[in-house]
Amino acid sequence: MEVIRDQNWLLSLGVFLPLAGVLVMLFIPKRDELLQKQVALVTALATLGVGVYTLTQYDYDQSAKLQFFASTEWIKVINSGYTIGLDGISLPLYFLSMVVTVLVMIYSWDHIPSPGNPKAFLILMLVLQTGMAGTFVAQDLILFFVFFEVVLLPMYFMIGVWGGEQRQYASLKFFLYTMFGSALMLVAFLALYYKTGAQSFSIPYLIENGIGIDKDVAIWIFAGMFIGFAVKVPMFPFHTWLPDAHTQAPTQGSVILAAILLKLGTYGFVRIAIPILPQAAIEWAPVIGILAVIGIIYGALGCLAQKDMKRLIAFSSVAHMGFVMLGISTLTSIGINAALFGMVAHGLITGMLFFVAGSIKERYHTLEISRLSGMLLQMPKLGWILGFCAMASLGLPGLAGFWGEFPAILSAYQPAPGLSVGLFRTLMVIAALGTVLAAGYLLWLYQRTAFGTVNPEFATPSHTHSLGAAGNDEHHGHDDIHDVTVFEWIAWAPLLIAIVVLGVYPQLLFKVMDPAVTEMVKVFNK
Amino acid sequence: MLAETAAVATSGWFLEHAFLIPVIPAIAFFVIIFFGKRMPKHGSEVGIASMLAGLVLAVGATWQWIQRVESAGGADEGGAIARGMYGFARGLVPQAAEGKAEPYVEPVIRSWTWWQSGGFEFSVGQHIDGLAVMLLLLVTFISTLVQIFSLDYVRGDRRYTHFFASLTLFSAGMLTMVLAENTVQLILGWEIMGLCSFMLIGHWWEEQANSRAALKAFFTVRVGDMGLLVGVAILFGAFGTFSIQETSRIAMDPATSQTVLLWAAIALFIACIGKSGQFPLHTWLPDAMAGPTPVSSLLHSSTMVVAGVFLVARMYPVFYNGFDIAQNGNSANFIAVIGGITIIIAAGLAFVQSDIKKVLAYSTVSQLGYMMMGLGVGAWTPAVFHIFTHAFFKCCLFLCAGSISHTASHHSFDMRKDMGGLRKRMPITFVAWMVSTAALCGVPFFSGFFSKDEIIDNAHHNGYTVFFVIGLIGAFMTTAYMTRATYLTFFGKARGAAAGHSDHGDDAEEHEMEHAEPLDDHAPVLAMAHAAHGHDTHDTHTAAVAHDAHDAHDSHGAHHKPAFGLAEESPILLVFPIAILGVLAVLSGYINAAPFGIEKFLEWVEPRGGEYAPTIDHATFTWAKAMPSIVLVALGFVVSLAICRSIYGEADSKLKGLTQRNASARAGYAFLANKYYLDALYEKVIVHGVAHPIANAVNWVNQNVIDGIVNAVGKGGKGTGEWVYRNIDQTLVDGTVNGSGSVARGTGGALRPTQSGKVNQYGALLFGAAAVAALVLVLVNT
Repeated sequence: MEVIRDQNWLLSLGVFLPLAGVLVMLFIPKRDELLQKQVALVTALATLGVGVYTLTQYDYDQSAKLQFFASTEWIKVINSGYTIGLDGISLPLYFLSMVVTVLVMIYSWDHIPSPGNPKAFLILMLVLQTGMAGTFVAQDLILFFVFFEVVLLPMYFMIGVWGGEQRQYASLKFFLYTMFGSALMLVAFLALYYKTGAQSFSIPYLIENGIGIDKDVAIWIFAGMFIGFAVKVPMFPFHTWLPDAHTQAPTQGSVILAAILLKLGTYGFVRIAIPILPQAAIEWAPVIGILAVIGIIYGALGCLAQKDMKRLIAFSSVAHMGFVMLGISTLTSIGINAALFGMVAHGLITGMLFFVAGSIKERYHTLEISRLSGMLLQMPKLGWILGFCAMASLGLPGLAGFWGEFPAILSAYQPAPGLSVGLFRTLMVIAALGTVLAAGYLLWLYQRTAFGTVNPEFATPSHTHSLGAAGNDEHHGHDDIHDVTVFEWIAWAPLLIAIVVLGVYPQLLFKVMDPAVTEMVKVFNK
Repeated sequence: MLAETAAVATSGWFLEHAFLIPVIPAIAFFVIIFFGKRMPKHGSEVGIASMLAGLVLAVGATWQWIQRVESAGGADEGGAIARGMYGFARGLVPQAAEGKAEPYVEPVIRSWTWWQSGGFEFSVGQHIDGLAVMLLLLVTFISTLVQIFSLDYVRGDRRYTHFFASLTLFSAGMLTMVLAENTVQLILGWEIMGLCSFMLIGHWWEEQANSRAALKAFFTVRVGDMGLLVGVAILFGAFGTFSIQETSRIAMDPATSQTVLLWAAIALFIACIGKSGQFPLHTWLPDAMAGPTPVSSLLHSSTMVVAGVFLVARMYPVFYNGFDIAQNGNSANFIAVIGGITIIIAAGLAFVQSDIKKVLAYSTVSQLGYMMMGLGVGAWTPAVFHIFTHAFFKCCLFLCAGSISHTASHHSFDMRKDMGGLRKRMPITFVAWMVSTAALCGVPFFSGFFSKDEIIDNAHHNGYTVFFVIGLIGAFMTTAYMTRATYLTFFGKARGAAAGHSDHGDDAEEHEMEHAEPLDDHAPVLAMAHAAHGHDTHDTHTAAVAHDAHDAHDSHGAHHKPAFGLAEESPILLVFPIAILGVLAVLSGYINAAPFGIEKFLEWVEPRGGEYAPTIDHATFTWAKAMPSIVLVALGFVVSLAICRSIYGEADSKLKGLTQRNASARAGYAFLANKYYLDALYEKVIVHGVAHPIANAVNWVNQNVIDGIVNAVGKGGKGTGEWVYRNIDQTLVDGTVNGSGSVARGTGGALRPTQSGKVNQYGALLFGAAAVAALVLVLVNT
């Protein structure tokens, strides 16, 4: 694989800049909350600035190549190097992680969840950012693995400390489940290393040499990676950690989880598992496709049964990631492009939905669907935003979600050579049924919560609903059900705009991804 | 992005820039949404202006298209090989056989790359031919009139601005679809319409019935949309293109696999069933009447619901060859069967409605059935012509219903309770209604006659005898139920609200113009209304929402009072569109009046050229062939009138209370009143089944089986750990590490290299990371 080595310091700067902020924050006393927030926000903004600079320096005509490539020795004894680079597959997600972190920081300005302690909360978020960005630029399996695991710890603490009532259970489940997957993934990485001659963990090297691995062995190695990534995605039936983690996590945690963390799994498939072991990918593709489609239907049905709004959104992630995995499983450029687009779109839309859910919870102190109604009357703007996100999420053309789903369905008509056409066409039809169910659960949710008249429970302005009310809410009384605040607008506007812009002009993303993906799937078209 | 791909022949500015027609309302939508509330007329002026601009462009495009067709004369434009099929006068042998080629009029196609993926280009553009031009004109025209009508009709509504925004976006969606150059763009327009119908049907969403109707409409149509996605995927997968023209060409190619076409046609037609309210997915359309009447008039009669018909007409080669419509030996196919069933069942339901809008809704469903059946039996031009004529008279009928409810019946739509005897009080509405009804029934010399009769005639001509009969029965039923509705509304004695039994004041000296002016003697009421919609203070108006789901639009209905039983018509802004449409309900038929040898519509709209469109032979009009339907229409009128007089009239008759006395009559009535139990099947069985038992079962499995396994593994792991700690670690000091080593040693050949102790290095790494993390945490919590 060709690489471009110009400005090879840029990615390291982007990845580790948040840690500099962490360092500063460590020496600021915990009491000085405002300063903590300022430093955290400035750090995140500076990181985003580096991201924007990266966008301007990126050579879009050579999107198939790894750019800003840097490689030095790191752990000599196992030939693992500090190898980083950015191509069209990783650029959108790398940048998205920076944007989301900034937005979450802004949202946190007046929404630090109980029990407070912004210092620790924001530090964890910055560490998380390093982990996420690092995962997307790592071009060495060990480095990838380290970043992949670095992400885990901050999220574990975020859920475990700032989460809801069952946070202990949810955070432990999240941590152990993912660790279980990572362990198998690591075994697979090691096997790959030895099977390619114990020369290097570098991904470009492995892509060149992985094809030589005996197919029977490759299938087993793929199995290890499959479990590791499938847990993270999460694919049916490894998804049960997700609803718990999402429901219990603080709003910021849910947003990052939905927007970025889930994509680590799908990204792993596209970046590592499939290009390195194409011969095994062909064998696994039907399994992935079937599980993906089960996930679409199953997730949608799960949504219909939910009584809690946040849990419903969490289940919808299972369905949406099913579309992403369906696209990947076709092993065609159009399918994988759709999957990558779907990742970004899902990140924007579901991230936004979790923001909205968080704000609803903050106002009503409940997300029980049956108790919420007439939100459009009490908070017209928030109600509109919820409706907008629901429409985007169900795949309305003209908004971002459609370009993840529809091409994935298209691609299933004609999967890569060697895959069963009959099977994938069946999957295509079932996946299309999933879009119907998506309309069902999202609009039903909207009809129940936003339409109708206000639940009398919340109607009177003086009403206090103190049960478990977030006591840390400094400046909002419990009784004050107000519309979107300034901080919410600032945090949300970029997401809302991006959903429209990508929906209207999807070429922005496809242009970046397509060359890299086309390069990658060449191996399947021989 | 701007790489223009199609060569544009000499076609004129309007044709080349037809793509602006949807762009203008799309921009207007955003203007209204973001700035509408601050404008003097609250955004409605922007909506109407954008519609007028679209109308002007559409008129220009129509004019230039006609020129293009006429000038095509004998010259072979665009280089396409033209194969003529028929002359202007039908009944002649196709002229190609005589050696005179009818030229193919090249559509004006432009496209721009929208995005690319995996070597495929997705584009946006325009595909302007006769069909597109006709619908562009129709949609912009009807939209303009409906928006003008709405000015007064929804004045003072809580969401006045949103209403106009949604109407405008709807038109943008429909127009986008109409001129779509490719199937993806078609989906885009199609779904935008779905969204708008959701917003507009649920306009008064405070009422649960309305929001349910909105949900039902969107969801039912979405069920069909599944077919659209799959159908487009099949066509793209098989032909490698989204372009409609290219798809048509490939579909016409004899070498193309008929199986692929058949599957694509089935999938696409399922989408049409959903959108165009065909059996068995027609159930959403009558419920959609929960929206304001202008919405019913625009979306659910003349434009949105014809999207499905349009899709079949647009991609006709796929359906024509997929279902093998040309085979005269086949006396049935999917499209014709669905269309035929729809005609009959919807007409049957129209008999038992007491809501005037629901009669019209079922009538729409039934007429859409005619259009579909027409396409199914190979009568492309008559079916498309029926879209054209139907739009005028059905839109007019809905607006008449709105006018009645607005002015005479105090927002009620119940014909049996609140109307009757209105013919003298509302003369303009009455005349427009009668003319449109005559057109709908297919009375000779009214527009519907020229289109509907052609469908019936061609069904016979093309050998679809069963559907010929169905068409005739449908004509009979149509006349019968419309006679009933007319009788109940305009004749007999005034009842309920129409008789003034509501609580109106009695200010009788209303001038029509005054209603357009906020500053009349009712200033306080209107001022309040304006204040209310100026900013979303809903409460001001919730009080006025009182008695009826259709009622929310304002307190000023009270202005219009029946006084002295004198003529008392709706305000000018309501009557004006009605009058225009009423005139067109007669005149629009004369573009293609076969009895008089006028076939301009055929000439201008029908695609010619065997490469892109099938060659269809047309029936010749004779009065003898038209006689059966004329007789049946007359019969329908007489029979229905007699029955109406005896049931609803003054005199006592045996038919009164028949459904109470006679068990089979009662059963029949119940069967109709319950809409053949289809709604019960869908809502109670299917939707309820999926949404509750099935979803709950899935959730149960999720929580107890799949998650149960995870939890059991977790507990098992913990238990094992404790057991190991107690029994092994405590006794054999270094158990764990060695233990894992020996386990790894046994794990088989493929993974052999992993076991050789290097796992330990990873362990060290992890521990190192954990140590760093611990340090960080210590520092964090200082």
